[in-house]
Amino acid sequence: MLENYFPVFVFILIGIAFGIAPIVIGLLVAPHRPDSEKLSPYECGFEAFEDARMKFDVRYYLIAIIFILFDLEVAFLLPWATIFKEIVQTESVKWFGFAEMLVFIAILVVGYVYAWAKGALDWE
Amino acid sequence: MTLAEMQFVLPNLSPASAEIFLLTMACVIMMVDLFVKEKTRALTFALTQITLVGTAAVTVLTSAGLLSIVIAVLLGPDASADLTPRIVEVFGIRTGEEITYTFSSMYVADLMGSVLKLTLYFTVFVVMLYSRSYVLDRPQMAKAEFYTLSLFATLGMMVMISANHFLTIYIGLELLSLSLYAMVALNRDSVTATEAAMKYFVLGALASGLLLYGMSMIYGATGTLEITGVAERLYMGQANKTILIFGLVFLVSGIAFKLGVVPFHMWIPDVYHGAPTAVTLFIASAPKLAAFAIVIRMLVNGLIVMAQDWQMMLIILSVLSMAIGNLAAIAQTNLKRMLAYSAISHMGFMLLGLVTGVVGGDARFALNAYSSSMFYVITYALTSVGTFGMILLLARAGFESDELDDFKGLNKRSPWFAAVMMMMMFSMAGVPFFVGFFAKFSVLQAVVAAGYLWLALAAVFFSLIGAFYYLRIVKLMYFDPPKDMTPIQAPFDMKLLMSANGLAVALLGIFPQALMSICAYSLLRSL
Repeated sequence: MLENYFPVFVFILIGIAFGIAPIVIGLLVAPHRPDSEKLSPYECGFEAFEDARMKFDVRYYLIAIIFILFDLEVAFLLPWATIFKEIVQTESVKWFGFAEMLVFIAILVVGYVYAWAKGALDWE
Repeated sequence: MTLAEMQFVLPNLSPASAEIFLLTMACVIMMVDLFVKEKTRALTFALTQITLVGTAAVTVLTSAGLLSIVIAVLLGPDASADLTPRIVEVFGIRTGEEITYTFSSMYVADLMGSVLKLTLYFTVFVVMLYSRSYVLDRPQMAKAEFYTLSLFATLGMMVMISANHFLTIYIGLELLSLSLYAMVALNRDSVTATEAAMKYFVLGALASGLLLYGMSMIYGATGTLEITGVAERLYMGQANKTILIFGLVFLVSGIAFKLGVVPFHMWIPDVYHGAPTAVTLFIASAPKLAAFAIVIRMLVNGLIVMAQDWQMMLIILSVLSMAIGNLAAIAQTNLKRMLAYSAISHMGFMLLGLVTGVVGGDARFALNAYSSSMFYVITYALTSVGTFGMILLLARAGFESDELDDFKGLNKRSPWFAAVMMMMMFSMAGVPFFVGFFAKFSVLQAVVAAGYLWLALAAVFFSLIGAFYYLRIVKLMYFDPPKDMTPIQAPFDMKLLMSANGLAVALLGIFPQALMSICAYSLLRSL
């Protein structure tokens, strides 16, 4: 019973090693010249600690919401792709399973074309 | 388990063909407009109207029941009995005779839904036509988004009307609400519009949250979200009563928010007032039909066993709405705001019909009661479209015409449109022999038949108070000197439709029987 979890244990070990190794290598190998920007926890253009009621560029919001849409698209596409072979081999859902995803993508493409033509994807 | 072992049934798409058609066309219009350069957007407007007519045609041709009603109204009952079977055969219509479920019972096509949808398309069509010149006069509004968002909102309402699953209702509701939030904010340079959109969005999100929470409780109590399934479990007595009541309270609060009845009415005056009048016209008419449909779906189709509980809640909402709506409307100087409070009181009145369906476990009066509400909400949409349309008719570039004072002396500027507005106001006030009178009358009849005499008296009392502010507009139009004598600049088609709208309000008041029997018949075939 317990030995069934051995691969999980190996996975955890490798995961930890992968997380720690780059930091250790970085400490040993990389040049070490800190400045205040490099030491700040987040480098996203905002101050980490300041009043939350500040003006920020609405383009951030636009990009974020478009990202969510297409991120979710992939979240649906991926499980579909993994069983795609099975879908086309099953007589009852052969075309339906294919067409359904095409419709889903088509609807998203409409949104994509719209966002593109309206200039939502241009930063400047 | 492999796919082949799962008993997969392909959904029957034909009951939902109207929705599919509308969605396809909305996407097409969105794409076409991107490549149209002209400023008037005549093509977008024309395509929108064609889409609505086409959707109506698809709806009629996929529902044999609706088809026979439409032919009977147009050509008479004899022609209907003769023609309907032939058309049904030619088009191979297989749905609409009885209640059809599809998409794993998440979607239902029945006669009540079809009738409400047809009224919905008609309302949106009229709204688009009335808004046309208003939108053209305001460069901020004259975007394709006004049309595409309206179509998506319509799609949302169609989904709400045809939902047989709590989540389907939620999806439809969100599609409607998100479109409306954006439409309210369409005029983004206007401070009031942005404020209205913000308030609408925050409160609307809260209401959606309440509704979802209620749904999750119902799921917890019954183990299903399918509305007919919920009804079955409740009938078998297989539900945890305490959780159910909890869920019901949240569900009713969510519905009350969306309907805009007291004490969940705070957003209505601000949104009606702040939104561009064309959008107010939309919000004030079509969504009421969909809201009625979801009340029927959730409370009547799903939770009829709990009728004693939700009827009590609706009585409180209804009486409060009639009281506060009518009293607050008196104090308003802005017509849009006044009509917003009037909408609150009307929705309260509409709820009266829904509270009288089941009396002491006896559902004898249910059909009568619910059909009176359906009649009320359909005629309210018709009258409300006309009233807000009148504001649009008098508005012009740079002038909104939404203050009460702007209606002073309308009789001297245009006797005919003053008369049309008077008909609308009389109908809203419930003056005999306009359609609003029969709407109120049939609801009151249902209330009295159910034995709630005090409720009927309260309703009459508050309606009398309400008559004051409607009649004040009539007084302003006929007995006060006009503020400006600018002739009405509205396109001919709008004037024509406005006249037809006024006449419809008057004629339906003289012959209410046809619409009343359509409501009763469609509910009889659907419940």
